[in-house]
Amino acid sequence: MTGGGDVVIALALTLVALAGTTVIMTDAPERQAVTLSVFGVLLSLLFLVLQAPDVALSEIGVGAAIVPLLVMLTIRTMRGGR
Amino acid sequence: MTYYAYFVSGWLMLAGMWGIVRSRDLVHATVSLSVAQAGTYVLLLAVGYQNGATAPVFGSTESPTTKVVDPVVQAMTLTDIVVSAVVTALLLALSIQIGKRQGTVDPDELAELKG
Amino acid sequence: MTRRYRMMLFLVSAGCLGVLMAMAFLAMPGFGQKSHFYRDHAVAASVKHVTANVVESVTFDQRGLDTLGEEVILLVSVVGAAALLRPSKEEDEKRKLQPGRVLEGTRLMGYLMLAVTMLIGMDVVIHGHLTPGGGFQGGVILATGIHLVYLAGNYPALERLRPEHVFEVGEAVGAAAFAILAMAGMIVAGAFLANVIPQGDSSAFGHLLSAGTVPLLNVLVGLEVASSFIVLLAAFFKQALAIRGGASPQGTVDRGGDR
Repeated sequence: MTGGGDVVIALALTLVALAGTTVIMTDAPERQAVTLSVFGVLLSLLFLVLQAPDVALSEIGVGAAIVPLLVMLTIRTMRGGR
Repeated sequence: MTYYAYFVSGWLMLAGMWGIVRSRDLVHATVSLSVAQAGTYVLLLAVGYQNGATAPVFGSTESPTTKVVDPVVQAMTLTDIVVSAVVTALLLALSIQIGKRQGTVDPDELAELKG
Repeated sequence: MTRRYRMMLFLVSAGCLGVLMAMAFLAMPGFGQKSHFYRDHAVAASVKHVTANVVESVTFDQRGLDTLGEEVILLVSVVGAAALLRPSKEEDEKRKLQPGRVLEGTRLMGYLMLAVTMLIGMDVVIHGHLTPGGGFQGGVILATGIHLVYLAGNYPALERLRPEHVFEVGEAVGAAAFAILAMAGMIVAGAFLANVIPQGDSSAFGHLLSAGTVPLLNVLVGLEVASSFIVLLAAFFKQALAIRGGASPQGTVDRGGDR
């Protein structure tokens, strides 16, 4: 598979920039866990288009599964289990 | 398009820092730090890209060529992702303990060092 | 420093930083350029050591020292986070927790996908030197896969399935064995982390038994990363679900709220 064309890369970069801005602008941390997960998936799609499959696998595992899980557990601890 | 990838990575870094500065909750600040670190991954991979090249993995049917993207920056990005995950975990653990001891996680109210 | 003053100071400095970054980016070679000096040498060295995945070769063979440092960072930070999250003297740990109520469909999919995910994780670890993947990626898949038991509704079952002390030993063994294999390189070939196991000739390119120490180091790193993340998640789960009572005066934490 040869490289994604310029249009695909530009589209992926734009989506990542928009998703990153959305994560920053989300105020409630419990909602940020979800937007961070989406950001992780979009970021790994960008890495795939930039021909980096190892990095994409890493980013899905860490950024879309482990970090949002840690954030949700932290929020649950601070809420006292409600 | 020649410089768009670099500017996106710069945007992510600055947006992450903006998120840290304006946050009212330590968990929000930690997640914004995660976004800022993602900007560095994009910059590293953008430096190593070559138009029309493929991934640096050779199957048993492909013969090794050098028309692949740079594998050294990919290895650096892998280390970057690991370090980012552990920093996030440590910061969240600290936020939990701060929340328990001080009763609040609003950075503006955490001004004093209590013994 | 008030909030408004802080934000204005940030905007000014971010503006200056942005200008400096723009000047630096415009002076860089364009995106997608043809000359990559390190790529040519890294691919040549990887082919010489009969490793099909060049990123794995760079991570474990050519820059193995960085990976050793990264494993130690992971080990030490997980120990630190687990120590930070230890229950303090005033808190007690509830020993018996009721299993939650879960939809039957979720329970079925959780148990089905548990076996599939574990197999995929092990496959990603073992074939790291041939296909995209490797120790770290497979370790993360294994660590999150075992928590499908929790999603299928059962925190007590998760606690039985992942005895914490086993995984604490696992992460230490993984990191120590990596260091021992690296020292073996020093003893046999005179260079730390040298690739001392025979790599096979060029007809073995792309086969499972090639690339020398790289698949072994992959498996050790996979063991260490999976155990580390399981220990880390276990500490967070225990704080969220099992600890009651505590030092905070009202039992819940006052956060800044949605603004």
